[in-house]
Amino acid sequence: MIARAAFLVVAAIAVGSALGLILRRNAIHGALFLVVNLGSIAALYLMMGAEFLAAAQVIVYAGAIMVLFVFAIMVLIPGKEEIGPDPHRRARLLALPIGALLFLLLVLVVARRWTGPAAPAAASGTADAVGRLLFTSYLFPFELTSVLLLAAMVGVMVLARRGA
Amino acid sequence: MSVVADLGISFGRVAFMMFFVLNVAALLGWVERKQSAIMQDRIGANRASIFGLRALGLFHPLADTLKMLAKEDFRPARADRLLFELAPFVSVFFALVAFASIPFGDTLRVGGREIPLQAVTLNVGLLYVFAMLSLGVYGVMMAGWASANNYALLGGQRAAALMISAEIAIGASIMGVVMIHGSLSLMDIVRGQGRLLWGWVPAWGILTQPLAFVLFVTAGIAATKRIPFDMPEGESEIIGYFVEYSGMKFGMFLMTDMVETIVLAGLSTSLFLGGWQIPYLYAEGFRFPWGAAVALSPLLVTVLQVSAFVGKVGAVIFVLMLIRWTLPRFRYDQAMRLGWFGLFPLSIANIVITGLLLLAWESR
Repeated sequence: MIARAAFLVVAAIAVGSALGLILRRNAIHGALFLVVNLGSIAALYLMMGAEFLAAAQVIVYAGAIMVLFVFAIMVLIPGKEEIGPDPHRRARLLALPIGALLFLLLVLVVARRWTGPAAPAAASGTADAVGRLLFTSYLFPFELTSVLLLAAMVGVMVLARRGA
Repeated sequence: MSVVADLGISFGRVAFMMFFVLNVAALLGWVERKQSAIMQDRIGANRASIFGLRALGLFHPLADTLKMLAKEDFRPARADRLLFELAPFVSVFFALVAFASIPFGDTLRVGGREIPLQAVTLNVGLLYVFAMLSLGVYGVMMAGWASANNYALLGGQRAAALMISAEIAIGASIMGVVMIHGSLSLMDIVRGQGRLLWGWVPAWGILTQPLAFVLFVTAGIAATKRIPFDMPEGESEIIGYFVEYSGMKFGMFLMTDMVETIVLAGLSTSLFLGGWQIPYLYAEGFRFPWGAAVALSPLLVTVLQVSAFVGKVGAVIFVLMLIRWTLPRFRYDQAMRLGWFGLFPLSIANIVITGLLLLAWESR
């Protein structure tokens, strides 16, 4: 009962902050809403007993990546008075069909109760269990992701060096 | 009845933690002024008095607090209203809750109950403290941005860049400790440090992970934005993210600094100085390696352990203050270089060396 109420509160915060993210004009406000959203998702993980995942979510996404995002927005995104008319005004027309497609997909998923790949039976949220799964059953996707991140890092360095 | 007792115990655990952190934070304002005065051969704050009683200037924190509460609470006209008001609260909140999973004593057994002496029992306690410390920077960034002041903005940006470089070094430097104890729970890590190496040396982190200790404390000072890493403030150049704040909101930023210092001291104590452990003290009393033994009542043991924790935290704070009043401020680029080219590679090296040594130790 209490767990359900807590879930509803956290879920409401998550949805509300997600809406805040896309509806706020102010980029900094949007980014801070995203931080709140990531935090509430971490709270959902915590409720499911995935303590390690929750901590990693907060440290990596809210604590590091979003700090960089906010930093970049502070440095690079000009204030309201400096922006002229939006040069990508045309692209906004695409928002409706693409949004509709995404919404349709979501509706289909929810309606069919598609559950995704079966969760491992003895799922447990400890660092031990997560580490074991990552380095046994899910080793290939795990390594693939790290190669992807490495490629992105090398790419960034090449781009940064070219300018210098 | 038992529900009430459980609630009372939970409340007591949290209350002790809050009482400890908030009071030490207030006291630190005095310590900082008095210790710097002694180090610089001055007398230091001693004028505040109640009925002529000066008590070594101990009333100064009280006087400061009253002054800040009574001051005008000013907000710049162009400031972002909500974020400007919210920033000091965000800052102080994450600093305060960070202490929650730091254990201040062993499990206390009273009337068939087992009470772990920490505010919250988490099996990822270490990551929790780390996460809360890393979220604290949002308060600083919000303050810097919302103030609509270029100096404040510079301070906020410096804080963000500094935090990222320090945080990665912290995360990598504590990995060695985690590898030794095989747990992310601070209680387990402190318990693990009660073991004896070769029968007589307590396995405190500072002995098993000396390099990690130095790296952690250095990166920790950077993460708490204290001198020599106080470029986000840098009162002689940009004043920093709180330049537009006045009254108690400014006081809250000061308080955040103090609370973060306590958290850093508590975390270094738990990871590297054996937390609440006293060498050769076990649940039933002292048992020395040369055979002597002194039996103590469980309550006395708990009191000794909690005092040991408080004493160690005090000692670490003393050292942190020494560093703060000894070193000059790094330049911004120097601090960045130290973080990325010094602390980070060394922490990675520490992980590799620890791994190799652990393998060698286990295959003896």
